[in-house]
Amino acid sequence: MDKTILEMQHITKEFPGVRALDDVCFSVTDKEIHCLVGENGAGKSTLMKVLSGVYPHGDYEGEIIFNGTVQKYSNISDSKKAGIAIIYQELALIPELTVYENIFLGHEIKSGLVIDWNETIQKATQMLKKVGLDVNPTVKVKELGLGKQQLIEIAKALSVDVKLLILDEPTSALNETDSENLMKLLRDLKKHGVTSVLISHKLKEVIGIADRVTVLRDGRTICTLDAQKGEVSENILIKHMVGREINNVYPKRKSTIVDANVFEVKDWHVYDPKVGREILKNINLNVRKGEIVSLAGLMGSGRTELALSLFGNPRKYRVNGEMVVSGKQVHLTHPEHAIKAGLAYVTEDRKGNGLILIQDIKQNITLANLRAIAENGVVNSNEEVVASKEYKNSLNIKTPSIEQKVLNLSGGNQQKVSVAKWLFVHPQILILDEPTRGIDVGAKYEIYMIMNKLVEQGMSIIMISSELPEILGMSDRIYVVSSGRIAGELSANEATQERIMQLATD
Amino acid sequence: MAFIKNVQKTIKENIRDYGMFIALFAIMIFFTITTKGIFISPRNISNLVNQTGYIAVLAVGMTLVIVIRHIDLSVGFLAGFMGAISAIAMVSWHLPVGVVIPLVLILGILAGLLTAFLVAKLGIPAFVASLAGWLIYRGALLLVTLKTGTIIIPNATYNAIGNGYIPDIPDIGILPGAHKVTLLLGILAVIFFVIGEIKNREKKKAYDFEVSSMDMFIMKMIFVSALIMAVTWVLAGYNGLSWTFVIVLVVTLVYHFISTQTVLGRYIYAVGGNPEAAELSGINVKTITYIVFGSMGMLSALSGILYTSRLQSATTIAGQLFEMDAIAAAYVGGVSASGGVGRVTGSIIGAFVMMSLTSGMNLMTIDISSQYIVKGAVLAAAVIFDVATRNRSK
Ligand SMILES: Nc1ncnc2c1ncn2[C@@H]1O[C@H](COP(=O)(O)OP(=O)(O)OP(=O)(O)O)[C@@H](O)[C@H]1O
Ligand SMILES: [Mg+2]
Repeated sequence: MDKTILEMQHITKEFPGVRALDDVCFSVTDKEIHCLVGENGAGKSTLMKVLSGVYPHGDYEGEIIFNGTVQKYSNISDSKKAGIAIIYQELALIPELTVYENIFLGHEIKSGLVIDWNETIQKATQMLKKVGLDVNPTVKVKELGLGKQQLIEIAKALSVDVKLLILDEPTSALNETDSENLMKLLRDLKKHGVTSVLISHKLKEVIGIADRVTVLRDGRTICTLDAQKGEVSENILIKHMVGREINNVYPKRKSTIVDANVFEVKDWHVYDPKVGREILKNINLNVRKGEIVSLAGLMGSGRTELALSLFGNPRKYRVNGEMVVSGKQVHLTHPEHAIKAGLAYVTEDRKGNGLILIQDIKQNITLANLRAIAENGVVNSNEEVVASKEYKNSLNIKTPSIEQKVLNLSGGNQQKVSVAKWLFVHPQILILDEPTRGIDVGAKYEIYMIMNKLVEQGMSIIMISSELPEILGMSDRIYVVSSGRIAGELSANEATQERIMQLATD
Repeated sequence: MAFIKNVQKTIKENIRDYGMFIALFAIMIFFTITTKGIFISPRNISNLVNQTGYIAVLAVGMTLVIVIRHIDLSVGFLAGFMGAISAIAMVSWHLPVGVVIPLVLILGILAGLLTAFLVAKLGIPAFVASLAGWLIYRGALLLVTLKTGTIIIPNATYNAIGNGYIPDIPDIGILPGAHKVTLLLGILAVIFFVIGEIKNREKKKAYDFEVSSMDMFIMKMIFVSALIMAVTWVLAGYNGLSWTFVIVLVVTLVYHFISTQTVLGRYIYAVGGNPEAAELSGINVKTITYIVFGSMGMLSALSGILYTSRLQSATTIAGQLFEMDAIAAAYVGGVSASGGVGRVTGSIIGAFVMMSLTSGMNLMTIDISSQYIVKGAVLAAAVIFDVATRNRSK
């Protein structure tokens, strides 16, 4: 049984100024689910990119043995042919194409020279069934939520003959139910002979599914733990990942609430002309000074749309209702005005609309508040460096320099840049949309500490999160959003996972 | 030893930035050899500068247009049309030059804003919107020159823009034959440059930042100073600085400053890098689009003035293919079609590379058909170089 299917030996990979992998050894047994964990920037994604040929042979040191033979991939299609499929941290679907086109992109089903679309659609339907996804294969991918897109990625991966399936943080954008479905799917696939490597920052999920876990830290293998031998537990994992123990993942804070509303929304209706219907109905909510208010709910319940409609309405929804910021009624028609009014919004999709990937860290951090470091319209680049270094240190952004392009950062560190950018605006009301998505435990803890510090200083926070433990651990008050309505409001004491789920699904 | 290592390291890290510069240098040396020195003669270089001027200013504007992921095809005939308007304003309406030039520049801005309106407000792709402009301005140019054909401009002040040189002090016995004001300006430029660099370094030090090693710093200053002096020396040998040169220099410096040092410049590059993220960061993408196209319109008008005054007349086909030369210059200079990347200075170098090729090959009496092929190959090579070095730095 315990046949080794993959052996990566002494892998070293360097980027200018960073040694991302340093003599890493990693081995996977046939038909196991092997989890790979580690802090942001530990080298997990890089290791998998080495394996799949994104970094071709010769670009790294060390050896890859798959199915008993040494492999020298020079690109991804080589590894694909060998039976290795990888789903990247960044989704790689083409939004403008339909589901079936995406699934068979790159290996179209042909009869003669032309593509056999009927056969394609039929096969695609089968693949969708296999991953338990109930969507029409003829819709465009951009019309689906992230959770569904993720499943389509998997369907795409499975559409060729796969022996080893690699998933880089597939659940970071999924809600609990979708995540559970995915885990079930992996177990099913395992029964059918597919081995999986799963990268995740959600330790509960790792503990639930892993046969074995390998921990990376700073580009080195720390250890490989066996679940059957009882070696895998949250505390042990954290200790190996971070190098120290973290006892309470959600740091406590003294209540900092001042009984004065700084933010209020009344009878807020939002109509989206693009989909031709009202996407948010009769939203009423308020936030007090020094309070952390959460918006809980399922993916697609309309929380991001709500945040956008409040934050200057860049999508040009038709909005009806009243918004009061610090006692003043405001009418915000551009994010520019929202920022001036004291709002900040950390977007959920850091790559899509959060960051400018081709620019460096410092330019990203200062962008939303450039005038603070400018005089008469001229940017003081020295001040810029000072400010960015401050955030690099306080948020512990892992990078050789703040001149590094954001593109080259690990996912979690990109998220920290995104947060830093909006902290630099010094807002009164900070809206965080999935703030800890793809962030490791240590960094999560840091972000929570920062949130606590901010509310202590009198800031108010609206947090959108699909992670219930995070909502329960951090909020003073919770609004549950369900299909564009506020389904209920819970105080920290009355909230439980069950209550929230009940409201979210009714 | 450490010094040589430092030099190697600097070159390696900045090969992308200096690549075009080196290429321009190589091309100039090549032609200097093949034409037995005629190419580098003060007279030829001076002419080269004056010929490049009207494309160079277009390339500057086009850089920013491409940076924000658009294109403007209308600039060529807009330049031609604006040139014709300036001729008519002087010849038929008898307006003084001092009125004509600002008037035409403002008209150019309005034309640019019109394109921007179609692009930003109505959401028409810039390619199509400006193609419509291309047709319209071409027609407009034909229309206004219909009756008269070529319009001869009798105004000496106006014609000096494209043909004249800055005045010199009377001969006082030293350096006969050289243009003394030009040399003086060159020396001033070196002094300003050196002082600026030193101040910058001091400021960085005050912030406790790392600065380049002293030997590298001195090297850089000597190198740039020598370059400035070499250029002024060559130009001083023949009539001195032309007005065209002065105009191109001012445009380059202003746009370089705006694009690298100001909030506006940052916003432009942010919009190019990721428009959605820029919008959410409080940047008004539409406003930026208006500004960039408006500036393009103004520079088109300027290009028209430079060209018309160089010919001392407005012709029916003025501006033909200028847009293609400007776009080529921008791409040779390293802008990226996917947006957010490209420098104004790069495009200026690009313009000079293309014009040097023309001038050099003309001197070598290479026929026009081969010239096009060579220029096409150079454009392709420049873009390949750009893509290759970009992937490596990833
Ligand atoms: N193309 C690149 N150029 C330069 N540095 C890079 C590049 N890609 C990755 N790195 C660096 O290599 C290190 C490892 O990155 P990697 O993406 O593998 O981390 P990770 O473990 O997947 O982290 P995360 O959990 O945040 O996704 C990081 O320090 C990152 O900044
Ligand atoms: Mg990663």
